[in-house]
Amino acid sequence: MGTSFGRGGATTFPQDLQNSDVIVIEGSNMAECHPVAFRWVMKARERGATIIHVDPRFTRTSAVANMHVPIRAGSDIAFLGGIIHYIVENERYFKEYVVNYTNAPAIINDEFRDTEDLDGLFGGWEKDKGQYKTSTWMYKGVDPEAAAGARESESGNKGEPVQKNPIQAEHTDPTLQDPRCVFQILKRHFSRYTPEMVEEACGVPKDLLLKVAETLCKNSGPERTGAFCYAVGWTQHSAGVQYIRTAAIIQLLLGNIGRPGGGIMALRGHASIQGSTDIPTLYNLLPGYLLMPKAKHDKDLETYLKLNESPSGWWGEFPKYFVSLMKAWFGDAATKEHDWCYDYLPTLTGDHSHMNTVVDMADGAVKGYFVMGENPVVGSMNGPLQRKGLRALDWLVVRDFQLIETAEFWREAPEIERGEVRSEDIGTEVFFFPAAAHTEKDGSFTNTQRLLQWHHKAIEPAGDSRSELDFVFKLGQRMKALYRDEYDQPRNWPIRDLTWDYPTKGPAQEPDAEAVLFEINGYTVSDRKAVEGYTSLKDDGSTASGCWIYSGCYRDGTNQTARRKPQGEQSWVAPEWAWAWPHNRRILYNRASADPEGKPWSERKRLVWWDEQKGEWVGEDEPDFILKRPPSYRAVENARGKETISGVDPFIMQADGKGWIYVASGLQDGPLPTHYEPQESVIPNPLYGQSCNPLRMEWKREDNPYHRPYSDPRFPFALTTYRLTEHHTAGGMSRWLSWLSELQPEMFCEISPELAVERGLRNGGWATIRTSRAEIEARVLVTNRLRPLRIRGRIVHQIGVPYHWSSKGLVRGDAANDLISFVGDPNVSIQESKALTADIRAGRRSKGRRHVTSGPIVPEIDLKAEERDLPQVRHKPETRHGYKAEETKEGNI
Amino acid sequence: MPDHNESALSRWPVLRQVKNLDPLGLSNSAVSPRTESLAARTKKVDKVAASVCPYCAVGCGQLVYVKDEKIIDIEGDPASPISHGTLCPKGAATFQLVTGSNRVTNVLYRRPYGTKWETIPLDKAMDMVAERVKKTRDANWEGKSENGEPLRRTMAIAHLGGATLDNEENYLIKKLFTGLGIIQVENQARI
Amino acid sequence: MAAGKGFFTDTTICIGCKACEVACKQWNQLPDDGFTFTGMSYDNTVHLGASTWRHVAFIERPVALSNQDAGDFSWLFSSDVCKHCARAGCLESCPTGAIIRTEFDTVYVQPDICNGCGYCVVNCPFGVIDRREDDGRAWKCTLCYDRLKEDMTPACAKACPTESIQFGDLDDLRQRARNRIDQLHEQGMSEAYLYGASKEDQPGTEGLNAFFLLLDKPEAYNLPPDPIVPTKTVKDAWKSMGLAVVGMAVTAIGSVLLAGNGARR
Repeated sequence: MGTSFGRGGATTFPQDLQNSDVIVIEGSNMAECHPVAFRWVMKARERGATIIHVDPRFTRTSAVANMHVPIRAGSDIAFLGGIIHYIVENERYFKEYVVNYTNAPAIINDEFRDTEDLDGLFGGWEKDKGQYKTSTWMYKGVDPEAAAGARESESGNKGEPVQKNPIQAEHTDPTLQDPRCVFQILKRHFSRYTPEMVEEACGVPKDLLLKVAETLCKNSGPERTGAFCYAVGWTQHSAGVQYIRTAAIIQLLLGNIGRPGGGIMALRGHASIQGSTDIPTLYNLLPGYLLMPKAKHDKDLETYLKLNESPSGWWGEFPKYFVSLMKAWFGDAATKEHDWCYDYLPTLTGDHSHMNTVVDMADGAVKGYFVMGENPVVGSMNGPLQRKGLRALDWLVVRDFQLIETAEFWREAPEIERGEVRSEDIGTEVFFFPAAAHTEKDGSFTNTQRLLQWHHKAIEPAGDSRSELDFVFKLGQRMKALYRDEYDQPRNWPIRDLTWDYPTKGPAQEPDAEAVLFEINGYTVSDRKAVEGYTSLKDDGSTASGCWIYSGCYRDGTNQTARRKPQGEQSWVAPEWAWAWPHNRRILYNRASADPEGKPWSERKRLVWWDEQKGEWVGEDEPDFILKRPPSYRAVENARGKETISGVDPFIMQADGKGWIYVASGLQDGPLPTHYEPQESVIPNPLYGQSCNPLRMEWKREDNPYHRPYSDPRFPFALTTYRLTEHHTAGGMSRWLSWLSELQPEMFCEISPELAVERGLRNGGWATIRTSRAEIEARVLVTNRLRPLRIRGRIVHQIGVPYHWSSKGLVRGDAANDLISFVGDPNVSIQESKALTADIRAGRRSKGRRHVTSGPIVPEIDLKAEERDLPQVRHKPETRHGYKAEETKEGNI
Repeated sequence: MPDHNESALSRWPVLRQVKNLDPLGLSNSAVSPRTESLAARTKKVDKVAASVCPYCAVGCGQLVYVKDEKIIDIEGDPASPISHGTLCPKGAATFQLVTGSNRVTNVLYRRPYGTKWETIPLDKAMDMVAERVKKTRDANWEGKSENGEPLRRTMAIAHLGGATLDNEENYLIKKLFTGLGIIQVENQARI
Repeated sequence: MAAGKGFFTDTTICIGCKACEVACKQWNQLPDDGFTFTGMSYDNTVHLGASTWRHVAFIERPVALSNQDAGDFSWLFSSDVCKHCARAGCLESCPTGAIIRTEFDTVYVQPDICNGCGYCVVNCPFGVIDRREDDGRAWKCTLCYDRLKEDMTPACAKACPTESIQFGDLDDLRQRARNRIDQLHEQGMSEAYLYGASKEDQPGTEGLNAFFLLLDKPEAYNLPPDPIVPTKTVKDAWKSMGLAVVGMAVTAIGSVLLAGNGARR
């Protein structure tokens, strides 16, 4: 979403869904995974909205939707592309919105070549590097070198990179007729995504597609709006970012962004998953989506700032946020003379994300590992490879409530049960620290709607249980003590200068979480008073702020995230409940809820508008715009930074202020979404010779075997994984609870009656599910909720597998993720777990083999792996672990 | 109304029914003292902490009821504009999550090649971890790349986890580990 | 007596999440029912019992709902609970007076009085009340009597994310239910009807204080189509026979002694 709109967060919030006239839930099983947010969908339905659920399975969401559209897992781009095709061909887009608020009129470089011209590749493919030269995708007349050199993509923000490109279209055609304008390119790009093609690719009958498309169109325009809700059913694919992009395009065409009842609701699965990207425990980011320096490009502070500062749009403010961060971290040591301690920061040399860390671990390069509140041997792909990594460590620290599988990999695992690995041979030293629960500590979670909510400590944690805050704080104190005598070495200066003097309290002398939040908010250095918000931050060292987008959360020296003015005592927007980033805005880009003159598009859909008398933007939500900038404002020549944002630029984080239908810069795998098959598919790509995402991340290793690209005779069925209402992710917070465990007490798989007959599977009986990675067993649930799809005249069966279970807890079962290989999205390194191929047989697993320790599970055949790619894409440069694009000079990672 | 001073025999419901000419037991005569004094346990508590559900990212409001330093109930916070006092089954099970017998409260240690857990004191474990971080960092420090580019890091230590943690915790993790030159800091957002 | 209280469970907005089951267990601190995979859709607690006082039924059926475009299929959910019948068979058959009708017109089992005779179990036409294996006593939904005394909403209704379970004054709930039926019928959902909402609807129980809006025949939800409280006929007979109070007491004492033996077995 970052590349389309400017910020990597849901554009709206669940309560606003009650204002929708149509809601499409796709890539999400919202009723099951987010039941309370779904409350607002039900409110919309009761008010007459149409609810559409697009999903391979008929789930509890489908059960209460007005329409269920069964789809082949991994074919969503084709389906959504079909909707774009319908909107464009039938001229059903919201023209005034599209012309004024999106980059549809922008003219693109003459050099640009589309996937339609090149059989699934965009122009600019560099065979020797195995990646695109993205400058050919640029706006016409914009110096591609300057633009690309200044800012390229960034990985890692949960599927939505934040865009900071300093590019603005030089040439536009507001009539949208120029053949090189974005709109016409879009039209051509999706010209083959016809209802007939959708039926072939997705198994969705064309009438059903047309009905969905028409319902969406009917419910758009000045008087009506529609929303999309998605979750990991979209992100966990080798082209996951582009799934979301396709929905973004639809929402821009229909004028649904920034307006009540519109938007794209990203449904996150963990209490603070949004928070953990905002303040990232992610390798490639610093707090507030500032990029980590890259060894090759960001040689010094000057270069780093130059490459990150945008001459236009909000990212012109970049130096203020970076300098304030350095002041927060390194205090008095961060001075202008010392480049604000820029050279205290470690640098990146490539992709250092989770899957690469794991293979490095398996290869012995990683010695020590901290795991806090996560259970990777169950929750991550290829569990056997994860465990192989853990076995190769010198030491492992696990912090959790109980002894999860990751803590006990050395004594309870399939390969130990099989006798292939012995505990006595595993050299890893393991520390298990009991963690404090949220009821035993103060702190804030950032929820799915960017809302920071404070939770108060209710009781002291029992025994040795401690918060992560306490653990990290005290580890930091110890590190300072251990290095005290070695501060003469520059490598230890960051440890010496790290500001670490948080006040402590309580019997365990735990650090005060509010003091940490205060630092995150930021303060003026001279008097240590809280700053009012990020607009107060400076690049002269006079302010400090740990995360600029959270600046304002401690406004007036009070914890804004702890605000709890009850609903019913304030408007439906509830601006005085907790605090949302940025600036307490609840619907992003809400300038777009008004027309170019600043008037609401309609009374029914009003939210924020220009008040001529007051000379500012007003409304029910905090305006996501420069408060006193009138609709008539236009940038003067040579304007820089935020002065370039005109009165009709609702997308203020974008360099040109527009919503990006076409992403000229910022994505590695294409400016427009293209349907690619998953790494392992039941059918060849019906649209292109280039079958899979050419930039997908692969790990071609003995311990990570792949299937044939399609029609692998050994693995004839499609398989998808998911969660259930009654459990939570890898089960660490549910499998140990009797009240939840009794509701879903055993690992199972869901199959259609037709597949049951074909494979002799009995309801309630056992099945063995097999991939080349592992074989697992599961109880069988035969149900009409899974339906065979008819694709190109043949029947495609899908197997559904929840992934909550493993070898520990009150209820046990095999771990579904053991079946899945390492494959990733090139933009954000998210794994592909929602679509793959597998086999299923009746009966319990004969041996419970895992390829990593048992050797090949299935007879090897000619893999025809080359069929995934066009000839010029094959034989990509190999790196130490599989393929990953090398860094480009643009700073691509 | 039952009299608490009555004899055991007189409390026997059948006798009471007979005495009160209520053979069907349909009126007050059958009400026991326990029933009479029944009250919601949340009414008399020492503290109600406003909280947030720790499971998914919807962020439903929770109220945590505390009596004698023990949590006696967790339920939805009606004031929350997100959840209006409701919870899903996981949220409703939070009480069991935080008070259940599943929780381990000691630090446990497994020696290299060991076959069992040992209990060790928290402070000692913290010291041991700190020593290992230093040793691993010092032995695996990367100052510059082969091309002379500054690296200032160690690739031998990595971290995983964050999406279930507080913002303040993620902040200290990122701050400390970046200060130590650890760049492989990752969480569920990618998993 | 305070106004009668009850539940109106509108199954058209139930999402089958089972928050009610867990919220009930949490508030009443009930044990689990064992961990058994049934293979019956997503229902693994199967029925109401001594330690499951809310139970969500899952009905997969080869029939479309009239408001849904999803092929010839639908999946119905319904959160079942003790009906707190106007004529409660359990209460009327209880020889110890353990089961009472409260000031909220709800039916409550007093665990300190119950001796586990089990008469109530066979006299419930819905199979709701059940004896616990460990102590032999009978248990069922209390309609959160302890919470009602403090003017609090019962745990299940409070937790329900979509407000499928509505709690309130019976008169108000019945009106809401009728309005809801009218609305659904207007929208073309002709299959919607009320189950047990009044004495007229269900003479055998004289109406339920926890009633339902259903979309298929009662049997589909494992509910009896025409429940009759067994004691209803028996009691009428007793009255006409003019049994003496003393005689009743003798009968009661006898049954208590017998049941006591039973409970200890």
